[in-house]
Amino acid sequence: MVNGGEAGYGTRALGVPAATAAELVAELVEDLARITTRPWTLMEVCGGQTHAIVRWGLDQLLPPGMRLLHGPGCPVCVTAASTIDAALQLARRPEVILCSYGDMLRVPGSAAAGGEDLLGVRAAGGDVRLLTSPLQALELARRQPQRLVVFFAVGFETTAPATALLARQALALGLTNLTLLQAHVRVVPAMAALLSDSGQQVQGFLAAGHVAAVMGTAELQQLVDSWHVPVVVTGFEPLDLLRGLRACVRQLEAGEARLSNAYPAVVRSGGNPEAQALLAAVFQPVDQLWRGLGLIAGGGLALRPPYDRLDARQHFDLDPSDAAQEAPAVCIAGTVLRGAARPSDCPAFGSSCTPDHPLGAPMVSSEGACAAYYRYRR
Amino acid sequence: MSERIRLAHGGGGTVMQQLIDREFRCLYADPEQLLHDAACVEWPHGRLAFTTDSYVVQPLEFAGGDIGTLAVCGTANDLAMVGARPLHLSLGLILEEGLELVLLRRVIASLAASARACGVTIVTGDTKVVERGKGDGIFINTSGIGRLEAPEPIGPAAITAGDQLLVSGDLGRHGVAILAARHGLDLQPPLASDCAPLWPLVEQLLALGVRLHALRDLTRGGLASALQELSTAAGFELLVEESAIPVLESVARCCELLGFEPLHLANEGRCLLVVPAADRQAALKLLEPWGGAWIGAVGQPGQRVLLRTAFGSERLLVPLSGELLPRIC
Repeated sequence: MVNGGEAGYGTRALGVPAATAAELVAELVEDLARITTRPWTLMEVCGGQTHAIVRWGLDQLLPPGMRLLHGPGCPVCVTAASTIDAALQLARRPEVILCSYGDMLRVPGSAAAGGEDLLGVRAAGGDVRLLTSPLQALELARRQPQRLVVFFAVGFETTAPATALLARQALALGLTNLTLLQAHVRVVPAMAALLSDSGQQVQGFLAAGHVAAVMGTAELQQLVDSWHVPVVVTGFEPLDLLRGLRACVRQLEAGEARLSNAYPAVVRSGGNPEAQALLAAVFQPVDQLWRGLGLIAGGGLALRPPYDRLDARQHFDLDPSDAAQEAPAVCIAGTVLRGAARPSDCPAFGSSCTPDHPLGAPMVSSEGACAAYYRYRR
Repeated sequence: MSERIRLAHGGGGTVMQQLIDREFRCLYADPEQLLHDAACVEWPHGRLAFTTDSYVVQPLEFAGGDIGTLAVCGTANDLAMVGARPLHLSLGLILEEGLELVLLRRVIASLAASARACGVTIVTGDTKVVERGKGDGIFINTSGIGRLEAPEPIGPAAITAGDQLLVSGDLGRHGVAILAARHGLDLQPPLASDCAPLWPLVEQLLALGVRLHALRDLTRGGLASALQELSTAAGFELLVEESAIPVLESVARCCELLGFEPLHLANEGRCLLVVPAADRQAALKLLEPWGGAWIGAVGQPGQRVLLRTAFGSERLLVPLSGELLPRIC
C-alpha cells in the first residue's frame, strides 16, 4: 500500500517505493535538463502515453522550450465516423447483439447521423454489450444461435491478435451467427503519414511500447531509415516516459537518428512471433480512413480469405465507401490528432465540448488527448 | 428444481404471508411489528436524522458482501455522516419473479447480520414481486432514522481554510470487487469489498472530542467526487497529496489494467473527514488501526481540487463523467 512511502499507486511505479520513484524521477529530470541545449519538439505516439504525461504532470518537469506533441495513438479517436455510424445502424437491428470494448460505446457517430453513441442506442432498446475479451463474443454466439453477434473490432496491433484468434475459432467452430465489424489500425503507417505532412514539426518520436511488444522493431527501423528521425520505443509509466525522452534528446543533441529501445523489460526486437503469425494469417494491410487524418496507406487491417466470410460489412451489405461528415465544424479533433494543435487551442474545449457532451472522439476516450486535458488541467 | 419466487409471493394472500413468516421473521427484533401497518418506536429527546437510499447492484453477490450488506451499511453510513447514531431502518424489497429462494435467503441473512453490526433494528418493511424481466433479481430500498449525537452541525458550512483532510482507510476495494465480478476478472487472491459500518468510527471520534467539520462517505464516484462536492459546497480549494492517499497495490494494478482511476472507484465502508488542524493528530491516532491516513488540507477560497503528485507536479482532480468503462488497450 502507498501510505507515506510504500510501493504503488502514488507513483504508478508499482513495486518501487514512492520515495525511490520520486528520487529516480528527479534524477531523470536533472539529466534531461543537463543534456538539453535546444528547444526540441517530440511526439509521444500513443494515447496511453499522453494520458500518463498529463496525469503525472511530466511536461511541467521538462527543460524550458521542450515541447511534447500528442500523437494519434488512440484507436477509439481515429475510428472513422462512418464506421461508427455502421455500428450504430447494426446495433439498432433487433436480431443483432453488438459487442465492443468500453471506450467505443461512448464515441458519437457522424454529426450527419445525429451524433448518437452506442450507449444511446442501448438506452433506446438496442442490444449493445461491453466485452473485455473478443472471445466472449464467441461464447455469446454459441449460447444465442438465434441472434446475430457482431464484434466491433477496434484497436492497434495490441488488440488485433485477439480478434484474429476470435476469427480463427469462429471459422473452426463453423459459427454462422458471428461477424466482425473490422476497424483495426496499424500505427507505423500513421507515423509515416504524419512525417510526410510538410507542415509537421516532429523532431523525434516516442513510439508505443505495447505495439512494439507485439510487432517488434523492424517496422520502426524502416521508418528511421526512410525519414532519418530518432525513434525511441517507450513505455507508459512516469519513469519509462522520462527514460524515453532522455534517449530521444541524447540522439537529437548528438545529431543522430537511430532506433533505440527504452522499454527493454517488455519489448524484444523480434516482438511476439506467435501474435505476428496469427495477424498475418487472418489479416492483410489495407489503406484505411482515419478520423481526423484521412486515408492512410497501409493504415488498416482487412480480413483475408477465408476469414473475410466473417466481414459484417458484406454480411449486412453495408456501404464501405460511405464517407460521413467527420465532426461538427467547430471541433479541431483532426488537428489535435496530428499533433498540430493542443486540445486547449480549440474554441469548443471545455465549453461546448466536454466528456459529458463530446463533439469529437478525443474528448471521449480515456486515451484521447482532449479528455486528458479536460480531466487534469482546465 | 430449486424453489423460486413466484408472482403469488407478492399477491397479498396466504402465499405471501408464508414467505414473510418463514423468510423475513428473522429480520425483526420484535416479530409483533410484522403484524402492523407502521412501526411505533420510543423516541429520546434531541434531534433526528432521516435518510433513504435504493440499492440496485449487479451482481447481487460479490466478494465481501451482497446487496443486503450494502442496503443496511449504506443507509446507516449516511446517518453516521451527519453525526447521527443509526437506530431504525425500513426495508422495501422488490423481487423479480424467478428469483431463487436460496439466494434470497442469503441476502436476508446478510441484512440481519449487517443490521446487528450497525446497531440498527429493522422495524418495518414491504415486499413486492414484479414479473420476470421487469426487475433485476432484487431491488432494495432502506430508509433510516438516527439520533444526532454530534455537538455541532457536521457539513460543508463548517469547513474553513487550514482544515485537514483525512480518509478512514484504503480506497477502491469495493469498486474493484464489483468490477471484477461484473467483468469476470478472476483476481487471485480475490479482493473483498470494504463494505462496513462507519458509525463505530464516528462515535469514537466524537467521544474523543475531535471536532468533525465535515464527513462524507466515499460511495459512487469515490474520493474524487466527494472532494469536488465538498469544495463546491464549502467554497474552498482542497489540496491533496497523491502519494499520501492509501490504495492497495492490488487495487492500483487492477485499475492500471482496466484504465480506471482508483480515486473514482466506489467504497462502501470508507469516509473522508475534515477536521481542524489542532485535532489532526488525535483523529489520526484513532484512524490508524482502520488504515486511515492524512491526505491533504483545505486551501484558499475557490472551487477546485488540486492534487500534487509524488514528483512535485500539480493537476486537477475531477469527478468521473458518466459510467466507468474499461479501456481498450
